[in-house]
Amino acid sequence: MSEHLKTNNALIKWIDHRLPVFSMMNETMIDYPAPKNLNYWWNFGSLAGFALVVMIVTGIVLAMQYTAHVDYAFNSVERIMRDVNGGWLIRYIHMNMASFFFIVVFIHMFRGLYYGSYKAPREILWMLGVVILLLMMATAFMGYVLPWGQMSFWGATVITNLFSAIPVFGEAIVVWLWGGFSVDNPTLNRFFALHYLLPFVIVGVVVVHLWALHRFGSNNPLGIEANGQQDKIPFHPYYTVKDAFGVGVFLLAFSGFLFFAPNFLGHPDNYIPANPLVTPAHIVPEWYFLPFYAILRSIPDKLLGVVAMFASIGILFILPWLDRSPVRSAKFRPVYKWFFWLFFANCILLGWVGQEAAEGLPLILGRLATAWYFIHFLVVLPLLGVMERPKPLPVSISEPVLSGGGGLAAAAAKPMEKA
Amino acid sequence: MKKFVLTAAAAAVTLGLGIGAASAAEALKAPSKTWSFSGVFGTYDQAQLQRGYQVYKQVCSSCHGMDLIAFRNLADLGYNEDELKAIAAEYEVTDGPDEFGDMFDRPARLSDYFPSPFANAQAAAAANGGAAPPDLSLVAKARVGGPDYLYALLTGYEDDVSEEVLQQIFETETHKREVQYAAAMEAYEVRLAKYQEKVKTDPTAKEPAMPEDPGPVESVEDLGLPDTASFNAYFPGYGIAMAPPLSEDIVEYADGTPATLSNLSADVSAFMMWAAEPTMDQRKQMGIKVILFLLVFTGILYAAKRKCWADVH
Amino acid sequence: MAADSAHASQQSQDEETRRDFLYLMATAMGVVGTGAFAWPLVNSMNPSKEVLALASTEVDLSPIEVGQSLTVMWRGKPVFIRHRTEAEIAEAADVALDELPDQEADADRVVKPEWLVVGGNCTHLGCVPLGQKTGDEKGEYGGWFCPCHGSHYDTSGRIRKGPAPENLPVPPVEFLDDTTIKIG
Repeated sequence: MSEHLKTNNALIKWIDHRLPVFSMMNETMIDYPAPKNLNYWWNFGSLAGFALVVMIVTGIVLAMQYTAHVDYAFNSVERIMRDVNGGWLIRYIHMNMASFFFIVVFIHMFRGLYYGSYKAPREILWMLGVVILLLMMATAFMGYVLPWGQMSFWGATVITNLFSAIPVFGEAIVVWLWGGFSVDNPTLNRFFALHYLLPFVIVGVVVVHLWALHRFGSNNPLGIEANGQQDKIPFHPYYTVKDAFGVGVFLLAFSGFLFFAPNFLGHPDNYIPANPLVTPAHIVPEWYFLPFYAILRSIPDKLLGVVAMFASIGILFILPWLDRSPVRSAKFRPVYKWFFWLFFANCILLGWVGQEAAEGLPLILGRLATAWYFIHFLVVLPLLGVMERPKPLPVSISEPVLSGGGGLAAAAAKPMEKA
Repeated sequence: MKKFVLTAAAAAVTLGLGIGAASAAEALKAPSKTWSFSGVFGTYDQAQLQRGYQVYKQVCSSCHGMDLIAFRNLADLGYNEDELKAIAAEYEVTDGPDEFGDMFDRPARLSDYFPSPFANAQAAAAANGGAAPPDLSLVAKARVGGPDYLYALLTGYEDDVSEEVLQQIFETETHKREVQYAAAMEAYEVRLAKYQEKVKTDPTAKEPAMPEDPGPVESVEDLGLPDTASFNAYFPGYGIAMAPPLSEDIVEYADGTPATLSNLSADVSAFMMWAAEPTMDQRKQMGIKVILFLLVFTGILYAAKRKCWADVH
Repeated sequence: MAADSAHASQQSQDEETRRDFLYLMATAMGVVGTGAFAWPLVNSMNPSKEVLALASTEVDLSPIEVGQSLTVMWRGKPVFIRHRTEAEIAEAADVALDELPDQEADADRVVKPEWLVVGGNCTHLGCVPLGQKTGDEKGEYGGWFCPCHGSHYDTSGRIRKGPAPENLPVPPVEFLDDTTIKIG
């Protein structure tokens, strides 16, 4: 295992012989061969990892100052904002990075959709990603409850009440979730415990996600398997430096929000302490839940709405078997490419609908968009797999032009042809 | 920098975040105002905060608490230690229990928080006709529009608001009533047709009542606000339980600034913004430094990336 | 020809130096940036502003009879106040300094000789010594005795015997009037 590790350091050799951590790091982060034509959309995986680390580090420090009790939670957060050294900075980082984490992960997922990264042999890699998304959503939801503001309280009430839609056992399940007859101190305490636990579960799934990734290596913009050495370059320094540059750009965008509009992505009502007697005029979930919230509200039946909302994520698990096209990348799928962008626009539309009142035009648009969301997966993708005529694929990453793969492929590969 | 923030914000919006969704309850949107702390380089104006504190102390504090603010925090307003101690000593706070188990009053110290005007929320509600005056510590962050909204609210009472603003509200309300009336009439006609059908066989059937035309809104009275409420152009629903709290010369500013309604409102709004976000100045200063650092760092990383990738073919 | 290739190799060497310089700069800035990010996280665990603001406490001494003691809390820890008898004052003052493990004159430890104010945690490992209540074991020197590991303090709160290395610390004390002190 350690034959590729190049080092003259005797201590490292000694340790590596007994516990091959250095070999492992070398194989996964240094010598790891990656396709040489990955574009900037491939930066978002490492960015997501970066965001996860920042969330955990700031979260641990915040947890040292936070009090999970209905009488003290709100003021303990304000104490962090006012009295703890640098507390405002740490809390604003945690608050805004949560949003940026979702932005990054959503882009990462759309990249996977566009370039067909979920297709064989990477189905399990994709499914693990969906598991991470679900865990993230649970973590984010419970984290938003902790400051115990009005939106925290009513968000928790509304979302936990979704489970009351379950036939027969619904009520019992909701009471069990709450640990009482309403969202109250037991609820807050268990949410805090789980909010602290789940990120480490996410780390575990991320490790397995990377394990699955390294089995066949990254997909690439051409969607063809990399052939041998001429198509690949070592991860370090090529992708370490590229990912680091990506982190720099990401942090610039993040800092804009963090330092100059830290509450832009939040809701003013959450600066009002939770009051079980008064519901705010507009209950809106955090922005990253809006498309799913729109799907929930589009369906006039309580149970079916909940089912549809969970199905909208659940359907991603079977995506690799819904899309039967043998071609991965949308570059060579002229029709799918259009449907991809239509689907993307549809998701944005759902997000907009999610924050409007459920009446009139938004309600109608929400129903259409919800229908399209499922039609895309259940009808469009299976049909395209049979009916679409993909463009000819290049022979290899290094020789896309020779393949006669058409103007598009040649143009796409061109930036790599300099030297 | 501002442009960058705007671009980033625009990018975020394109990503499907519709933020700051307009509140449904009808009220005018507060016009945006230029503050000393507006923009990337804006900072709090200490003199203004001191005046705002004076307004809060002499007017607002008889009904509104500020539980999260301690006397030591007022150092941000530019007071020195002795001045702070003198300010604190003017307040009585309850401490205890002493060695006999009794609570006792003593002059406030720097570590004490502003005392609440009421013993608890129930007492506050009882003394104010059922609506407890909200705590003002965070109000500037807890309302859409922040300090703009607070300023608009304080200058938005019937006697202070401009004729155009009133007309705008009347027009919106008139239009809304017309729409509602039309809908009610439509429903009435359906019911009436049904009744006329039914009455042929069943003479006891009740004739539906015709909806009344509410007529246009031409004055504040036409809005039909409850007697206990004052008209306010910027309060959701237009009826606010708080009577106009400020008026010209209600306080005499120590620094000689004319105590016009506009000055009073702006100063106390700025003070509330400070109370809600006392670390804003620090945050922006740090932000400028961090962004400059990141620009250089990212530039170097970009150059390194270019150099590194130059030989890939 | 030879000159050409020498020129080319010189150029590629330059390229390499430039690249290495960029890597070094980037790494250095990355380290600085990470450090700058880590510092607030570490510093957040230091005492916060409202903790520091509670730094002083006032005590009314009038109810304490001669020979009695009072324990008050200051910064979350006990402070011993003893209204010393004449005998105790004399005992504390008469000790030769070179007999003491931690040499400090009694006069340097009190503002007024009848009032001794010392921190109430043993300087060994932080237990609260006995000797405040009338029935307590006061140790061999009539001051305080720490039951955890057997440290004996005298009537000036100075360590005389046992594992504790230092005298009980004297907090900043100020007499606001004859019977009121401010600690801190």
